[in-house]
Amino acid sequence: MAATASTGVGSAHELDLSCTVNGEPVRVRVDTRESLLDLLRERLGVTGPKKGCDHGQCGACTVHLDGRRVVSCLTPAVQVSGADVTTIEGVAGPDGELHPLQQAFIDHDALQCGYCTPGQIMSGLACLAEGHAGDDDEVREYMSGNLCRCGAYAGIVAAVRAVAEQGR
Amino acid sequence: MRPFAYTKVETLAEAVDALVAAGPQARLLAGGTTLYDLMKLEIETPPAVVDVHRVADLAGFDTSGDRELVFGAGARMADVAEDGRLRRDYPALSESLWRAASQQLRNMATLGGNLLQRTRCPYFRGGEPFACNKRRPGSGCAAREGLDRSHALFGGSEACIAVYPGDWATALVAFDAEVDVLGPGGARSLPLVRLHREPGDTPQHEHTLEPGEIILRVRVPATPAGRGSAYLKIRDRESYAFAVVSAAVALTLDGDGRVDECRIAVGGVATRPWRVPAAEQALRGNEITEASARAAGEAAFADARPGRDNAFKIELGTRTVADAVRLAGSRAVA
Repeated sequence: MAATASTGVGSAHELDLSCTVNGEPVRVRVDTRESLLDLLRERLGVTGPKKGCDHGQCGACTVHLDGRRVVSCLTPAVQVSGADVTTIEGVAGPDGELHPLQQAFIDHDALQCGYCTPGQIMSGLACLAEGHAGDDDEVREYMSGNLCRCGAYAGIVAAVRAVAEQGR
Repeated sequence: MRPFAYTKVETLAEAVDALVAAGPQARLLAGGTTLYDLMKLEIETPPAVVDVHRVADLAGFDTSGDRELVFGAGARMADVAEDGRLRRDYPALSESLWRAASQQLRNMATLGGNLLQRTRCPYFRGGEPFACNKRRPGSGCAAREGLDRSHALFGGSEACIAVYPGDWATALVAFDAEVDVLGPGGARSLPLVRLHREPGDTPQHEHTLEPGEIILRVRVPATPAGRGSAYLKIRDRESYAFAVVSAAVALTLDGDGRVDECRIAVGGVATRPWRVPAAEQALRGNEITEASARAAGEAAFADARPGRDNAFKIELGTRTVADAVRLAGSRAVA
């Protein structure tokens, strides 16, 4: 069935949606113009994903949508209906122990100001899961969608590679 | 962002019906990486959006056929780029996908949406006060008197010199791809080379689809030249940037090591996907040497019409074609 926003939900420009965010079920009415990033940050209080450029160019807003990395700033919130969203808040263990990649970012000095770091880690996790962390060049290529204005790239590559090596 | 009427559809029939009902100004939304971005900038202001990202019939692709490869318009760029057969037998097609955008965007963007990706011309994207005949017909072209480093050497007009930015379509045009579309009048097919229009006097009209038509799939005729192919993309940085110049080359060699089948297209320098038959003709029948590859590159750019800041692309493009020819030749099977 075609679902038109103007039928059954009271407004032509709003839609009810259900999804999960870091495993927690979410039901919310969204403006059809709203981005997933704005939904997370402004409505759900999930502020790990950062708004850098808001145009898909910097990667600071990277989250996983059904296990795949996407930029949440260019994902209309209406498109996540029924999907599982994972942000940096969903990465650590249940008792708060850091994920090995989070620890590797600390160990390898992979950040300075930290603004891009949630996106870097979400992208790095995907890079590892995709099998795109085989050598430094491959990490650079497949992490190129995440900019770091502090220039911590050398540490970021080292952190992703270290976890890739642990997983071998 | 301007408000719009939003409709989500799950079948092709629903998509066509919804698109027709929404009128000629409606837009299809798939991955959103171009449309939603331009809606944020209010460069795109559709009154209605039809969301096809969950239409299962668009999603598949099949690279196993003996006669043709089939790519659903809703297949994601990242998934197709990773396909093992494509990487082995048609490396130029795979490279044109994974050298585009970032992995996040490739996970979102669809093959059909990518074909109709809009220009990155800064005066188009910049909005007011810049004149742009594509964005506001009749307002003029700010690039003509402005910074034209990123603008076209081929296919431009007085009204518009904006570059078509896509990599995938540039590779596809070299392979004589066909596009299947569905509309209120039924299904039809057209050569990919006829999907995009040159700007002429009406740069606001970028493609030849009729109102209500949807791209279903792209078909690529199988060819042994796929194995001997390369997509070489030169950028201002090593990764995650649009092409300054790119070249798609696909060829076969005969028993004497001479080029037999030969297909060459260039990107980042033209107003639409740009095949260069003169370069193919220059190379065909010759062994691949530094000189013959260079001659193909020179033939490709012989008719270039540069502006003030982009003449460097003639030499850069010549070398890019030459390098792509030699890379494709090293992969080709006799």
